[in-house]
Amino acid sequence: MNIRNILLFAVVFGLLVVVGYIQSWSVAFQLLNLCLISAVMALGVNIQWGYAGLFSVGTMGFVALGGLATVITSMPPVHEAWAAGGARVVLALLLAVVVIVAASQIWKRMAPGRKRNLSMIVVLVGGFFLYRYVFDPAVDAIERVNPAGTGYLGGMGLPVLVSWGVGGLLAAGVAWVIGKISLGLRSDYLAIATLGIAEIIISVIKNEDWLARGVKNVNGIPRPFSFMYEVNLQGDPWFVSWAASFGLDPVQASSWFVKLIYAALFTVVLLIILWMSEKALRSPWGRMMRAIRDNEEAAEAMGKDVTRRHLQVFILGSAVLGIAGAMMTSLDGLFTPGTYNPLRFTFLIWVMVVVGGSGNNWGAVLGGFLIWFLWVEVEPMGKHLLDFVTAWMADDSGLKKHLLESAAHMRLLTMGIILLLVLRFSPKGLIPEK
Amino acid sequence: MVDFLNALVALTNYILVPAVAYGSQLALGALGITLIYGILRFSNFAHGDTMAFGTMVVILTTWWFQDMGISIAPLPTALLALPIGIIVTLALLLGTDRVVYRFYRKAKAAPIIFVMASLGVMFITNGIVRFIIGPNEQRFADGARFIIKAREFKHMTGLSEGLAIKVSQGITVVTAVIVVVALFWFLNRTRTGKSMRAFSDNEDLALLSGINPERVVTVTWVLVAILATIAGTLYGLDKSYKPFTYFQLLLPMFAAAIVGGLGNPLGAIAGGFVISFSEVGVTYAWKKVLVYLLPEQWAPDSLVQLMSTDYKFAVSFSILVLVLLFRPTGIFKGQSV
Repeated sequence: MNIRNILLFAVVFGLLVVVGYIQSWSVAFQLLNLCLISAVMALGVNIQWGYAGLFSVGTMGFVALGGLATVITSMPPVHEAWAAGGARVVLALLLAVVVIVAASQIWKRMAPGRKRNLSMIVVLVGGFFLYRYVFDPAVDAIERVNPAGTGYLGGMGLPVLVSWGVGGLLAAGVAWVIGKISLGLRSDYLAIATLGIAEIIISVIKNEDWLARGVKNVNGIPRPFSFMYEVNLQGDPWFVSWAASFGLDPVQASSWFVKLIYAALFTVVLLIILWMSEKALRSPWGRMMRAIRDNEEAAEAMGKDVTRRHLQVFILGSAVLGIAGAMMTSLDGLFTPGTYNPLRFTFLIWVMVVVGGSGNNWGAVLGGFLIWFLWVEVEPMGKHLLDFVTAWMADDSGLKKHLLESAAHMRLLTMGIILLLVLRFSPKGLIPEK
Repeated sequence: MVDFLNALVALTNYILVPAVAYGSQLALGALGITLIYGILRFSNFAHGDTMAFGTMVVILTTWWFQDMGISIAPLPTALLALPIGIIVTLALLLGTDRVVYRFYRKAKAAPIIFVMASLGVMFITNGIVRFIIGPNEQRFADGARFIIKAREFKHMTGLSEGLAIKVSQGITVVTAVIVVVALFWFLNRTRTGKSMRAFSDNEDLALLSGINPERVVTVTWVLVAILATIAGTLYGLDKSYKPFTYFQLLLPMFAAAIVGGLGNPLGAIAGGFVISFSEVGVTYAWKKVLVYLLPEQWAPDSLVQLMSTDYKFAVSFSILVLVLLFRPTGIFKGQSV
């Protein structure tokens, strides 16, 4: 870290403080929390793109899987639903795995030819109908159990902190499957394939109501610690007197306190991942990765198994994204599959990495902070700008009204301009790779 | 026999007609993607938003025309507004080329850099569209709604299944045929078109033989503006206009272009229909057709829908992956960089 980088970070924190003074500290702490999460996401993308040059735009899918993990891990189980069809769903899923393994074994073991193709198709089609035969009644039964309140299998009732790890594992597992299929592809084919996979993951989560209620959303996801509820804090005489000793109103203090505890937890996760990433990047493994990125053929000639390394780095990056996704869902306290949008959860993260400096972990973190800050703050700034620009217009002017209403869309425009400017004039980003 | 006819009509009504219309729209979109890939050699992620932009201009012009009382009923006014949409879209595309892509072309940047730049352009175009027309759904179809109505068809033929063809579907197919014929005539018969194909096949040889690369690029953007605006307008007339839907069209359009072989115009058209027929076929509830074909005691209880309609992305994606795994350059041979 040289002076320049420290200054850059200081500027970003300074911006947060300014928001605290001008808007409110509540907004500033919320911003800080999402900046921390964005920084973790940016680290994940940086592992895939910065280390290994994998152009994967499936970020959104892994973030959503992390969110799904919080539901599966930390929500209480719905026993009636398990009794109604839990075993049958599990059986159906196992059946699906068996069919797929059988089909791939046929493909591998039989001699190429029409016979092989036919038997594979028979296994797949037959397997699909068998699977639906087992699966459909179970799903109906589960979704009929109190559809307004539950209608899904529920989770495992474990602490939500566990789910952050589970989110990483779940994303890693899915990344393994996806990587196996698509990592042999050329760079821009990989991009399209991952873009599609992310959409598919979202549509599965949206439609499989038995899993996480789909678009009916899951709310009331427990918080990491039982004291992290504003109501409990406000009822706690110790906390009230503690807040009073700073001259604070207990209602406001409790909200700040909860946000700051989240910030502390996220900071710990961010620092651990950052430390591990730095260690990995400076190890022989990291040098090998960069060698593969810079010249695949040369690395292959040196005996490096490029596809295998790509798979490895793809899984690692996806795991980090899964962790970030789980943290985000537990911060929100609710899981809303309908809100996952590739502009926000894939391409914005990419902008963070490119602006921060691809290949540099500190750059990714800085990019995460800065771009998230702008993403949120451009809207009020845009509103002020438009207020200023339209000041001379009549108040009932249709154009003025339209312009002011459109201020929210300034953020996309701004992100595009920032990305293009950085790509053109400082392609290595704010903190370039050493 | 009547049962068979009924099944045939149901099949036409629910699968053939919608899939042909949707396939034509995809094909026009995929043609734009494939042309950019062939000439400029990158996957343009901004293409969906280019379509959204072009359609937006057409919509605004349509409203303006409607205000002035100009109409070509029974055809939708939007057709009249197309030229203006194309010209404004072309201005946008040439502008982005001049400001963004040309720099990287001169610097001979890696394809991936172009793709990143196209992400930036995607954000900006998306922002402009939302800024001007907002993120909500807009309807701009006017004129007659149907060529044949289901009830009239039933009355005419005495069958119990009806066949409905919307004007937008008819226009889509006719327009697509005209555009494709004109495009192929241009690429195969004119001097400029031939120079474009030469440039796409072998850039160095094309440059040696005195082809002006900037001119080829400009002509490509002209074609892309025409294709994207028409594809977007047809899609909007047939379904509805919502900027985010256009962004999401990126996936099936890319799937179509890749399935057919990137850089191969004929492949893009074939790919468009492969994708649309599979999407409609897999997500359609086949019960309606099977009821007529199977003996009564075999009649299915369920809807016989292979997948719910929300999984249509999964369909285009699966086809994409299958083709890439087994025939990486697409059904028709495409280029690879």
